[in-house]
Amino acid sequence: MIPAPFTYRRAWSVDEALELAGQGGDDAKFLAGGHSLLPLMKLRFAVPEVLIDIGRLGELSFIRDENGSIAVGALTSHHDLATSGLLARELPLLAHAAGCVGDPQVRHRGTIGGSLAHGDPAGDLPAVILALDATLVARGPTGRREVGAAEFFRGLFETALAPGELLTEIRIPKPRDTAWSFQKFTKRAIDWAIVGVAVQGGSVALVNMGPAPLRAAAVEQALAGGAAPADAAAHAAEGTSPVDDINADRGYRQHLARVLVARALAESRTRT
Amino acid sequence: MSIMGTRVKRTEDPRLLTVGGTYVDDVRVPELTGAASVTFVRSPLGHARITGIDASAAQATPGVVAVLTVADIDDLPPPPPPEGPPNDAAPLPLGGVWQEPLLAVDRVRYVGEPVAMVITDDAYGGEDAAELVSVDYEPLPAVVGPEAALAGESLLFPDAGSNIARTAGAPADPAAFDGCEVVVERTISNQRLAPVPMEGRAAAARWADGKLTVWVSTQNPQISRFIMAGAFGLDPDAIRVVAPDVGGGFGAKIGVDRDAILVAWAAKHIGRPVRWAETRSENLVGMTHGRAQRQTVKIGGTRDGRVLAYRLEVVQDTGAYLRLGGFLPFLTSLMAAGPYDIGHVATAYQVVVTNATPINAYRGAGRPEATAAIERAMDLFAAEIGMDPAEVRRRNLVPADKFPYQSPCGARYDTGDYVGGLDKVLAGAGYAELRAEQARRRERGDVVQLGIGVSSYVEITAADADNGETARLEVHDDGSATVYSGSSAHGQGHDTAWAMLVQDDLGIPMDNVTVIHGDTDLIPFGIGTYGSRSLQLGGIAVHRAALDVKDQGRRLAASLLEASEADLELDTERGLWHVRGDPASGRTWAEVARHAGADGLAASVNHTDATPTFPFGSHVAVAEVDTETGKATLVRHVTVDDAGTVLNPVLAEGQRHGGIAQGVAQALLEEFVYDADANPLTGSLADYAAVTATELPSFELLASETPATVNPLGFKGIGEAGTIGAAPAAQSAVIDALSHLGVRHIDMPMTPVRVWAAISETRSPR
Amino acid sequence: MKVTMTVNGRAVAAEVADRTLLVHFVREVAGLTAANVGCDTSSCGSCTVLLDGQSVKSCTVLAAQADGREVVTVEGLASGPDELHPVQQAFRDEHGLQCGFCTPGMVMAAVSLLTENPRPTEEQVRSGLEGNLCRCTGYHNIVRAVLAAAGAMEGMEQR
Repeated sequence: MIPAPFTYRRAWSVDEALELAGQGGDDAKFLAGGHSLLPLMKLRFAVPEVLIDIGRLGELSFIRDENGSIAVGALTSHHDLATSGLLARELPLLAHAAGCVGDPQVRHRGTIGGSLAHGDPAGDLPAVILALDATLVARGPTGRREVGAAEFFRGLFETALAPGELLTEIRIPKPRDTAWSFQKFTKRAIDWAIVGVAVQGGSVALVNMGPAPLRAAAVEQALAGGAAPADAAAHAAEGTSPVDDINADRGYRQHLARVLVARALAESRTRT
Repeated sequence: MSIMGTRVKRTEDPRLLTVGGTYVDDVRVPELTGAASVTFVRSPLGHARITGIDASAAQATPGVVAVLTVADIDDLPPPPPPEGPPNDAAPLPLGGVWQEPLLAVDRVRYVGEPVAMVITDDAYGGEDAAELVSVDYEPLPAVVGPEAALAGESLLFPDAGSNIARTAGAPADPAAFDGCEVVVERTISNQRLAPVPMEGRAAAARWADGKLTVWVSTQNPQISRFIMAGAFGLDPDAIRVVAPDVGGGFGAKIGVDRDAILVAWAAKHIGRPVRWAETRSENLVGMTHGRAQRQTVKIGGTRDGRVLAYRLEVVQDTGAYLRLGGFLPFLTSLMAAGPYDIGHVATAYQVVVTNATPINAYRGAGRPEATAAIERAMDLFAAEIGMDPAEVRRRNLVPADKFPYQSPCGARYDTGDYVGGLDKVLAGAGYAELRAEQARRRERGDVVQLGIGVSSYVEITAADADNGETARLEVHDDGSATVYSGSSAHGQGHDTAWAMLVQDDLGIPMDNVTVIHGDTDLIPFGIGTYGSRSLQLGGIAVHRAALDVKDQGRRLAASLLEASEADLELDTERGLWHVRGDPASGRTWAEVARHAGADGLAASVNHTDATPTFPFGSHVAVAEVDTETGKATLVRHVTVDDAGTVLNPVLAEGQRHGGIAQGVAQALLEEFVYDADANPLTGSLADYAAVTATELPSFELLASETPATVNPLGFKGIGEAGTIGAAPAAQSAVIDALSHLGVRHIDMPMTPVRVWAAISETRSPR
Repeated sequence: MKVTMTVNGRAVAAEVADRTLLVHFVREVAGLTAANVGCDTSSCGSCTVLLDGQSVKSCTVLAAQADGREVVTVEGLASGPDELHPVQQAFRDEHGLQCGFCTPGMVMAAVSLLTENPRPTEEQVRSGLEGNLCRCTGYHNIVRAVLAAAGAMEGMEQR
């Protein structure tokens, strides 16, 4: 219920955040909205000794139209993503998925950067970012670098972020194909996805079908080859490695993936 | 105009809405200044020997006042010797082979069992220190589920020789089903649930001058006082128990748990007040669970829908220790026949221990299990003979002219109109149109199919009526009144209800009636609130006290008015005593009370002249099932829940809503699950699927009042009825949505993976 | 560390452990015990307060994160003892509470919901309250209360 003791530090600039992270080393973690990290700390599954609060870095909360792409600051809250008129027009997949994260209170605090850096394959936004072919921008001790979404999610709670590196921005090319759909299958509305599907045009990404979000490559290939959506969807489970847990076994998850991909493709085609 | 039966807003609410209730953890009184904080060290294993406890690191930590284990408990009286078969109710350490210790001695039998207590200056330090207590365990083979318990390869209590704590009932008589054209038998599950009151368990304690004061989140302050007295070997007069606001109980806060006794003991041991409030993760394994029965139903009858015989066999998984779990199957057996007139009914049960949280009462306490079983049996029978399930019920419900009805299971149902209730709910739901819609969707082969579930039920309330309930009513010199009630509301609205009764009987306005409960210094004798007993026992006690005060008032008013008692009338609209025909002669209650002299105007009642009552009802649940994913959604839930006279429809509806929600939750979502090593898989609210607002529709409640005859106001108990009727209807609705595919049964909860498995099986029959 | 915040319009400052949760700051330092701790996985919402006008689960916010911010709890809603906030009044009128433990959090979640969506449908109310568990009411009257409050607040605005 109560986190183990730690030292709290507050950063007022990105440079200061990186400096504090450098000082803290392996024992330091960034604190954004805290809705991935604090729950782990309260159950003592995470015991960082230093927390660097980056919540005051207002310069990292933005949604900007940069002509060919949309730039989203890492500290933009799910609520702001879900209610952004700009996103509703340009990236409705992202706006809608952000509105599905957790509950209203969680969405007021949780940030896109926090969610992505956490690397939970059951999270909604990693799969969306993957489907949108986003580029993630990070700043660290070695300076600024960009990582494609396809390289960013490495495994269970594992991303390409190096120690001391701070995710600052997500750059998303405006989709050429405006067909989109987000299918999140849960037991209760509040739950993590048992399986989820994000579709943007011919890109199909899966939530909770493996240790990291993944693209349904076989589906995409079938679509690109001219297959009808319903037929392409039959390939949805290929290359996936879903887990067994109290909500679903492997077979059921794979079945759901096929059903949800078919529904997502059908729904997306109504939104062109 | 009488206030009885009118919609009255709750007097409790302004405070709760503006400053919030005062639950145990909110109590800020001088007696608890400087209180230390208790944190329990609990077993992380389901079954193990304790081979050592090393508290040295914790004890050496600044801010740690003490670390206590069972070895430190050397100043309490020994548990009472066993008296015959294991007893059910009291959570005290019971003597004998099934004994549940206060703190684990040399063995732990469930994840969450308390092993040690850490006492710290502040709450935050408690978790830190608890982590430093090192306990060595030697794992033992885990016993998970009734089959493993019965097999007995691993014993929780080796001295007992088996895991079977109790066996009762009639052995199977094959002849009972002779003459049945159709017989159906099935083994089904009534799954383990966690009660999850929003406030977990909490207690605070302080000793001063040989007297113990305990603040505890309980449904029964007076019973808790006696439990504490027994545990400490004290006279009850040396103990004060205070139940402040209590954030829900649902049966799991009956009396006090060992944890609360330990909190009080710790305060004595360290000579300083202590406080404890469990975390939710602790609560999910440490607070008792509900249900957990494996049931075998066998039902037989004629092809034209007449049920002739029914047998129910229950294996009650009572968890690691006998609490009420040892008693609940008795209630299940008592109500096994449900609202049906079945010639031959037999029951049998076994109670087994397993490496799991102990089972106790949980909303319905044994009766939801009975109803779920007979309702599944009726549906299986209906499916076998190809008859509409509502029609099968109609043909077997006890007819209205057969009351009082002696059930073959031993209960005597007082009043009821079961067929009327069924007809009313079917009409209210638009049953025929629902069946037509179902047929249309089947014809079209829609992905989303419709299912309709019907349940009929009868339940026993105030099962312990002869324990009675107390009330004291005082009318003060200023004409206001105070009620001291032995009942102990934890959300039921007794403050409002008892004030309504006083206003109705005496004409003292509700705003001038204060209701007090929950403090044994003020109310030393009473039973408290469980088993849907309070209105018909506690409320009638208030009513009787009011009538007694009225009699006294009549005598006093006669003296004041110098008239004869026979000529006097009490105008309950204005609260005035006057001579009949002369309203101007009125005397107020204030004047009457002042005339009462030194003893004041008061009456005390211990209402024990009561017997159990039997509310009844019928529910219709409508579910949609996505046949591609298995997801079931409850779209409508229509009910008749008849608990006799309704005092305040607002309160009655609220109890029905809450009850229905918990019943639906069992049917569709919730289950407390252990893995093969007795580790909980649903040990937090992220995993235990407590029902939220998005999974429920608004409910459609129909009114029905068939008064009880055992008390003058016709009250029965409504608190658990909604739960009892709702789960079977919701379960049945989901199965019904798939019946055209050949699905006959799916165990609760009807989660998507289970429903999908049932659908898949019809597509690839083995 | 030293933390200062405005709680129900009043400045509250204290030296607290870095790991102090906002809910405990509100309860113990500000002395406002209406917000309750109902779980340890950010699931139940009993601790919901407004932080700079938005509903948050105060058990999942560090007091340090609320430093310099504005917190509003249910104790700060009514403008006077006889003047309940429309949401409080609606909960009273519709019997939207029984034991009361979830109520402070539920009311604050409802206030935030109506701020962002003044005219919700029933479905939007239910999903707007998905982060708040209630065990007593079955949600039926809570939903009625929020819809009634929406109507009342709209009526007030029109005046």
